[in-house]
Amino acid sequence: MGILDKHKLIERNATLLMVLSLLVVTIGGIVQITPLFYLENTIEKVDGMRPYTPLELAGREIFVREGCYGCHSQMIRPMRDEVERYGHYSLAAESMYDHPFQWGSKRTGPDLARVGGRYSDEWHVDHFTYAKGVVPESVMPPYGFLADRVIDGHYIQDLVSTHQMVGVPYSDEMVESALADFTAQADPNGDYAGLEERYGEDAFGTPVNVRNFDGQPALTEMDALIAFMQVLGTMVDFSTFTPVANR
Amino acid sequence: MCAKPVKKEPRQVETTGHQWDGIEELNNPLPRWWVWVFYATIVWGIGYTVAYPAWPLLTEATPGLLGASTRADVAAEIAAVDAANADIKAKLVATDLNAIQADADLAAFAERAGAAVFRTNCATCHGSGAAGFEGKGYPNLLDDDWLWGGTMEDIHLTITHGIRNTTDPDARYSQMPAFGTDGTLDEVQVAQVAEHVLALSGQEHDATVAAAGATLFVDTGCNGCHMDDGTGDRMLGAPNLTDAIWLYGGSREAIIQTVTFARFGVMPDWSKRLTEDEIRAVAFYVHGRGGGE
Repeated sequence: MGILDKHKLIERNATLLMVLSLLVVTIGGIVQITPLFYLENTIEKVDGMRPYTPLELAGREIFVREGCYGCHSQMIRPMRDEVERYGHYSLAAESMYDHPFQWGSKRTGPDLARVGGRYSDEWHVDHFTYAKGVVPESVMPPYGFLADRVIDGHYIQDLVSTHQMVGVPYSDEMVESALADFTAQADPNGDYAGLEERYGEDAFGTPVNVRNFDGQPALTEMDALIAFMQVLGTMVDFSTFTPVANR
Repeated sequence: MCAKPVKKEPRQVETTGHQWDGIEELNNPLPRWWVWVFYATIVWGIGYTVAYPAWPLLTEATPGLLGASTRADVAAEIAAVDAANADIKAKLVATDLNAIQADADLAAFAERAGAAVFRTNCATCHGSGAAGFEGKGYPNLLDDDWLWGGTMEDIHLTITHGIRNTTDPDARYSQMPAFGTDGTLDEVQVAQVAEHVLALSGQEHDATVAAAGATLFVDTGCNGCHMDDGTGDRMLGAPNLTDAIWLYGGSREAIIQTVTFARFGVMPDWSKRLTEDEIRAVAFYVHGRGGGE
C-alpha cells in the first residue's frame, strides 16, 4: 500500500500529527484567503467613501457596545426583495473603514446599511427612547439612557489614532483635531469649517451632517449614535456608480 | 496490532488482524452504492469549479463557463419586473391624478404598488396601518382631518416635496412660534390660551379663564394661522383645533406644552428616493385609506 502504510508513523506520533495538520490547514487557508487581497474583482474602488468623522466613529463604538449587530445587519444582499426594500445592494468597499465590520448575520430588526437620511433625527430620538412608541410591532429595547449620557470626547483622539493605526486613512491633522471636530459636528451654530474641510464634500465628495442630532444642548451618546445612523450607506452616489458584473 | 488483514474462509468477512482478548475486528467493505456516490461528488466538485467562478488566477478568478453572476442576476430580475410593469407605470404617470380611480386596472395596480411603497417607506412614522401616533406628532392618515390638504394633488405634493425638511426648497413650510419661551406670553397667559383651545375643542374648561384666552388668541396672532374659529388653515399646515384629533395630545398639560415650546413635525422629500410612479401610487393608496377628498 506504500504511502498509506506511513499512517502508522503519523498516528503514533502526536507531535508530528499536529505539525502536519497545521501544515495542511495553513495551505488550505492561504489558497482561500490570499487571492482576496490581490484579485481585482474582489477589490472594487468606489467614489465618495470617507473615514467616519470622530462623532460618527464614537457613535459606531456605541453601536458595537450595545450589541446592535445582534439584531441588525448592515449588509444588503444582492437579491431583488432586499434591493427593493433597503436600496442598492452593499458593496465591499462601503465597509472598508469599519473595524470590525458590522455586517451581522441576524435580522430581528431591519437591515441598517442604508438607514442614513431615511428618517429624521427627531424620529430617531423618539425611536431610541421608546421604539414601541413609534413602531408598535417592534421588540427593540428602549435606549433612552443614551440621551442622559454626556460624552466629552476624552478618548476620541485615541480612538481616531487607533483606527489610523489599523489602516483607516486618517491624516495626522485629522487625529490632532479629533476633539474639535467631535464637538463641532453636533453644534450647527459653532465653527465647523475645519470639520467640513477635512471630511466634507471637497475632500471626499460626501457632505458632512452638522446638526444638533438629539435636540438637547449637551453632547450625548444619543447625538453620536444618530450621527452614525444618518451617515450609513450615504457615502457612495449610486446615480453615478456602475456595477461590474463579475464581482 | 495493525498487521495485514487476514483473509478468512470464502464468503466470510476479512478481519483487520486486530485482536483484543479474542475479539476480532471485521473489515467489511464499504457498500458499492456509497463508494460510487462518493466518487460522483468528487467529479461534481471538479465540474462545479469549471462551470462557476472558482479558481483564483493572477488578476481575477476564473469566471466559470456558465458566466454566473449574482449582480447580473439581480439586475436581470429587477429589469424583468420593471419591464412587466413599464406600461402600467407609464400610464400611471400620464394619467391625471383624479382619473386614476376611474380606471379599474390602474387603480388596482396603484393600490397594491402604493401599499408596498407605504410599508417600506412610510409605515415607520405613520404606522403599518397608517393610523399615525397620537401624541408623537405623526399624523393619522385614515381620518378626514388633513394638515396640508387631502385631495390627490395635495397628498401628491406633500409626498414629493415633504414638510419642513432642509433638503427641498419647495417643501411645505410653516413654523409655530414658541410663545412661552420667546417671551410673548407668560405662564398665566399660556394657561389662558390653552383654556381657550380646550373651549374651542369642546372639552371641559373654565369659562372665565378661557375668555381671557380668547382675547389673547387674537392679540397674539394665533388666529392668523388657526383662524378666528380655530378651524386652522391648510395653506399653512395649521391644525384644526376644534376637533378631537390631536397631533401632540389634547389634554390641558399637552396643550400648555405645545403653546409654550411649539411643536411640529418634519417629513422627507420623497422625490429623492421614490420615482414619480411610486409617489403617485402611494398618494393613491393614502388617498384611499378613508379620508381622501
